[in-house]
Amino acid sequence: MLLLAFDTATPAVTAAIGETTPDGAFTLRAGASSVDARRHGELLTPTIQDLLTESGLVLGDLDHIAVGIGPGPYTGLRVGLATGHALADALGIPCHGVTTLDTLAFATKRTGPFLGLTDARRKEVFWARYDDHLTRVGEVRVDRPAEIDTEGLPLIGDGARMYAEALGVDGQGAEALEPLLPDAAAMAELALRRLHAGLPLPEPAPLYLRRPDAVEPGAPKKVRQWVK
Amino acid sequence: MSEPLILGIETSCDETGVALVRGCELLGDSVASSVDQHVRFGGVVPEVASRAHLEAMTPTVRRALDDAGVKLSDVDAVAVTAGPGLAGALLVGVSAAKAYAMALGKPLYGVNHLVGHVAVDQLEHGPLPKPSIALLVSGGHTSLLLVNDLATDVVSLGDTVDDAAGEAYDKVARLLELPYPGGPPIDQAAQRGNPKTIRFPRGKWGDGTYDFSFSGLKTAVARHVEDSERRGDPLVVADIAAAFQESVVDVLTRKAVDACVEHGVSTLVISGGVAANSALRALAQQRCTEAGIELRVPRPRLCTDNGAMIAALGAEVVAAGLPPSALDLATDTSLPVESPLAV
Repeated sequence: MLLLAFDTATPAVTAAIGETTPDGAFTLRAGASSVDARRHGELLTPTIQDLLTESGLVLGDLDHIAVGIGPGPYTGLRVGLATGHALADALGIPCHGVTTLDTLAFATKRTGPFLGLTDARRKEVFWARYDDHLTRVGEVRVDRPAEIDTEGLPLIGDGARMYAEALGVDGQGAEALEPLLPDAAAMAELALRRLHAGLPLPEPAPLYLRRPDAVEPGAPKKVRQWVK
Repeated sequence: MSEPLILGIETSCDETGVALVRGCELLGDSVASSVDQHVRFGGVVPEVASRAHLEAMTPTVRRALDDAGVKLSDVDAVAVTAGPGLAGALLVGVSAAKAYAMALGKPLYGVNHLVGHVAVDQLEHGPLPKPSIALLVSGGHTSLLLVNDLATDVVSLGDTVDDAAGEAYDKVARLLELPYPGGPPIDQAAQRGNPKTIRFPRGKWGDGTYDFSFSGLKTAVARHVEDSERRGDPLVVADIAAAFQESVVDVLTRKAVDACVEHGVSTLVISGGVAANSALRALAQQRCTEAGIELRVPRPRLCTDNGAMIAALGAEVVAAGLPPSALDLATDTSLPVESPLAV
């Protein structure tokens, strides 16, 4: 079973092709990541093409697509989702979602509890608590770093690095907080593992966690304010 | 069946449009609009529009294919709006278009939304004479163009220096407590009003350019409304709407006809959402007839944003033998009209 995974919900554009044998053994066929928060739309499809070339595969060989559903800054997030929806539609194969923080958590291989955090902009972070690298506790949330009760647990992710002081981990080096950004190689393995085990994956729909910023207009501005 | 089948995708503002075009023939199209979600904000909210595009994208592609009675695998090339437009909105369409092109193994063409508004007329009236003058009037644009060739040679003669014509309609509608979008209710109200009771200014009238200005006109309407309220005079909405509308269409049609005469061009195309306006169509027809100019206005469904305009321009670009866009094609929120094909 061949699966193409990609995530554009953080400053990273990361993509990978993974394969499982009938007994469930995972092989990474190809993977690539680059970090450029402003060029998701330009980088994603060329990256996928490079992976296909590198692995000697064509899109028609794929059985599944997995796309990062965030949460993450919306414009980049939608690049991945729009690409995933269209690829799956054109190829006639299923498209699944993977929560971006779950990819980050899975890559840690941690066996004890920790928090995963990514940048949500506007001085907030997207975060979730994990019992171990496979087990998230509750929903993903968006909060100001100072409002999060870390319970003294280890923290991982770019959000922890950016707000180390507010989160009380500013003494730690960046390595302690790794991985900072998601890697689609881990995501492909996570998704294939779940598919092989017959476990559900989320719908490929964005986790925005916030309403759009928009205010309803008041009365039109007066143009003759100087007239009594 | 000699001409290639083009899939066109448009997401520059609040309409998710997809269509299939072969040459000058529109085979099928589908549009999903998020306009209802923007009404209470009195204008398009970019994040709301982008979210709606993502939800609507693949279902709209499927509806367009069904409408055309073709399969995705029949498509020979994918055209998509690369700009101008809202950044986040453009990116949804371009991302999807790249994925479709890559999956189908077919070329991708990132094309210009504004030129698409002109190209769409070919689907209704056949090949556009070369050269033609085009007047583009919508909520986001007011441009006068000299179109020597849709795919390769479009010259901007003038543009609005402030508000777009459609934007002026929206703002004046708010002043008159009419609903958003403002074009249709003002057009309706104006038909019951007398445009001669109030004289509103004609922005950039007779200034020797093909530029437009509508923000002074909007302020003049606001002054009139406030002064009437202060004096306790009743507000005659129909008359204000008629006088405002006459001011807008007078300048638009005058400059468009002047451009045709100056450049020795005998065809004028009017397109964009405001081209649905009855007063604009009537006055343009009258002045074109007087000047011996053929007026071409696509039907209203084709004037507003849609995938057909993008597929129509894509067909022209393919026919001209232009090179396809690379998969690292970037969106360009201010893509100049002189670039029918984004590089």
